[in-house]
Amino acid sequence: MANIKPAGVFDTTYEDDMAIDRTRRDKFWKNLAFCALLLVPLLSASGPLGLGLLGDQYIGLIARIAIYVIAVQGLNLLVGYTGQISLGHAAFMGVGAYGSAILARELGFSFWLALPTSALLTGMLGLLFGLPSLRVKGFYLAMATLAAQFIIPWALEYPLAGWTGGTRPLSLPAPMIGPFTPYARDSVSPETPLDFTAGAAFIVDVIAVELTAGAVDSARIDILQPGGAPLPYGDVNMTVTRDAAGNVIALRYIASKAGAYRVQLAGAAEARAEVRRGKALSFATDTAMYYLIVPLAVLLMFLARNLIRTRTGRAFISVRDNDLAAELLGVNVFATKLRAFFLSAVYAGIAGCLLAFERNSISLQMFQLDLSIEMLAMLIIGGAGYPLGALFGVTFIRLLQEAAIPALRPWLSDWLPQLFPFIDAVNITSAINPILFGGALIVFLILEPRGIAHRWELLKAAWKLRPYAY
Amino acid sequence: MPVKLHVDDISLSFGGIKALSQVNFQVEAGAIFSVIGPNGAGKTSLINSINGFYRPQSGRILFEGADISQLPPYRRAALGISRTFQNIALYTNATVLDNLMAARHIHMKSGMLAGALFWGAAQREEIAHRRRVEELIDFLELEPLRKSIVGTLSYGLRKRVELGRALALEPTLLLLDEPMAGMNVEEKEDMARYILDIHEQQGTTILLIEHDIGLVMDISQRIAVIDFGELIGVGTPAEISGNQAVISAYLGEGSA
Repeated sequence: MANIKPAGVFDTTYEDDMAIDRTRRDKFWKNLAFCALLLVPLLSASGPLGLGLLGDQYIGLIARIAIYVIAVQGLNLLVGYTGQISLGHAAFMGVGAYGSAILARELGFSFWLALPTSALLTGMLGLLFGLPSLRVKGFYLAMATLAAQFIIPWALEYPLAGWTGGTRPLSLPAPMIGPFTPYARDSVSPETPLDFTAGAAFIVDVIAVELTAGAVDSARIDILQPGGAPLPYGDVNMTVTRDAAGNVIALRYIASKAGAYRVQLAGAAEARAEVRRGKALSFATDTAMYYLIVPLAVLLMFLARNLIRTRTGRAFISVRDNDLAAELLGVNVFATKLRAFFLSAVYAGIAGCLLAFERNSISLQMFQLDLSIEMLAMLIIGGAGYPLGALFGVTFIRLLQEAAIPALRPWLSDWLPQLFPFIDAVNITSAINPILFGGALIVFLILEPRGIAHRWELLKAAWKLRPYAY
Repeated sequence: MPVKLHVDDISLSFGGIKALSQVNFQVEAGAIFSVIGPNGAGKTSLINSINGFYRPQSGRILFEGADISQLPPYRRAALGISRTFQNIALYTNATVLDNLMAARHIHMKSGMLAGALFWGAAQREEIAHRRRVEELIDFLELEPLRKSIVGTLSYGLRKRVELGRALALEPTLLLLDEPMAGMNVEEKEDMARYILDIHEQQGTTILLIEHDIGLVMDISQRIAVIDFGELIGVGTPAEISGNQAVISAYLGEGSA
């Protein structure tokens, strides 16, 4: 369905004819939707206004939807537009997540540097696993990309275990903007600890402690968090500097929770440390992450939308619809497929990186084959090859899983065992999630294989053409 | 007249089947050159060899004097060789406009990033090429169908869109594989008119495969006849209609 205008509105320039928003009203609604999206966190209890109209969990839910929208849009570029199949998308997300985690932990990369670096890294890996597309198509390509889904998690689990921690979860610091601006400088000694109160929203307190004098070897810096327990040196928000002998000589800590902190020094009496405290813009809270993730998702959707209506996107579509004709009409089919694999992996990498920083902790369990398949299902339900397919699919499935199913669960776990008395009730309860997910997929495949986005386009067309049928 | 295309002694076989054996002919620049022959004679194999989809086991393809036998198909397209297909091969889920714009690929430059931003140069390029495509849409009288999905169009229209797509590449050599197959008389006349107009207005060299002998005789300057993969005659329409080998291939031994 072409992008149509309401009856009586005519284009006079090609710019107008190419525009995504065909009328001023389109543009208005789109901007309004975007603003509304930005205002959502203000309604929550932990938001700046503290209105409490929306449960805090929904902020995280929308942020996670946005993350998966990015990932599935990547898949859409590859599967929906270029017609290649990939069963390794979750593994690429894993590369983005683990890549950024390792960069942040081992090399001290900030989030802002880790995001593009890990995205590019994932893109390169996507390119590598896209190479089989030169020779194989369809089912066979699915098998080849399935290799990625097994090789990558295996590589993360065993050969790279030194960095990834194997099957154990890996933690990350929250993203922070720029260096902190110090506002206080104090000196602590074993007798005089430093007490202060930190607030934690967008602006967080950052404490930098540096040993300046005295028996450095025997001194130990402790930061007591609210409640009194000392923070471990391995805390995600703590960066530790050690000397050649392995003694801690300086550390930096981002106070991620609001409350009273104490910095104290243990060891020889003459030990001294300098404490600098400052403020920094941080994304440690759900609301802050929301403002990081959602605009980025909107931006990436916008870029993909533009891409598919210009030269590269038309090459993608040519390869999908008729690769033979595309090749004979001047499109380098193999290079085009590789571009799609690269882009798709970059999107997955960005999503993985965001997921890692949003969760503060990642594990290999999050990036298994079931997620790859789930993302394909999301794409099919949303509408493969439609600009908004990823948005619709992810939103539908996520709402089904995180809002509708929990609401229906008590009723279903009551009613289903009565319907199937010959099955153990425990088995039924644990199967509700996959049953409803599978059910939704089957319903869509039968009733609307082109996905929700197709219905949406029909609806839009009908609305613009009203009161006429066409 | 300089030689546009020289098919130099090419042989092509699939396993034991000889699709083409030592086919040798030249197409002069600016000519309408037709290839005729019974079904299965190897006409489409010939076109596929010219634009690189098949690689003949021996012989060379020379385009404007340069050997292009080793070039991949997309590089040959970039040189200005375009084609249509016997069984329409359009991008069925895209609009007519996008099908034509897609064939501008080799003339456009903007990369992934420029396209994604759709800013400045990329947008100007898009508009400039749109203008060229609109001229073609005018020429082929496809205006009302600009934004129709190709898969929803009728057979005759799809053939026309495919011609448009081939032209959008701005070819200097156009390979038409049975552009009039399955059409009624009126549609055939339309198509013949388009072909003659293209030839006249743009000086495009056209290599045409067609079964309608009457039409071929009418519009071609030279004709090649292929039977069982062998070239059995090349010449002007008059020469071909008097060629004994051609007559027996079409009508059987001992006729006429």
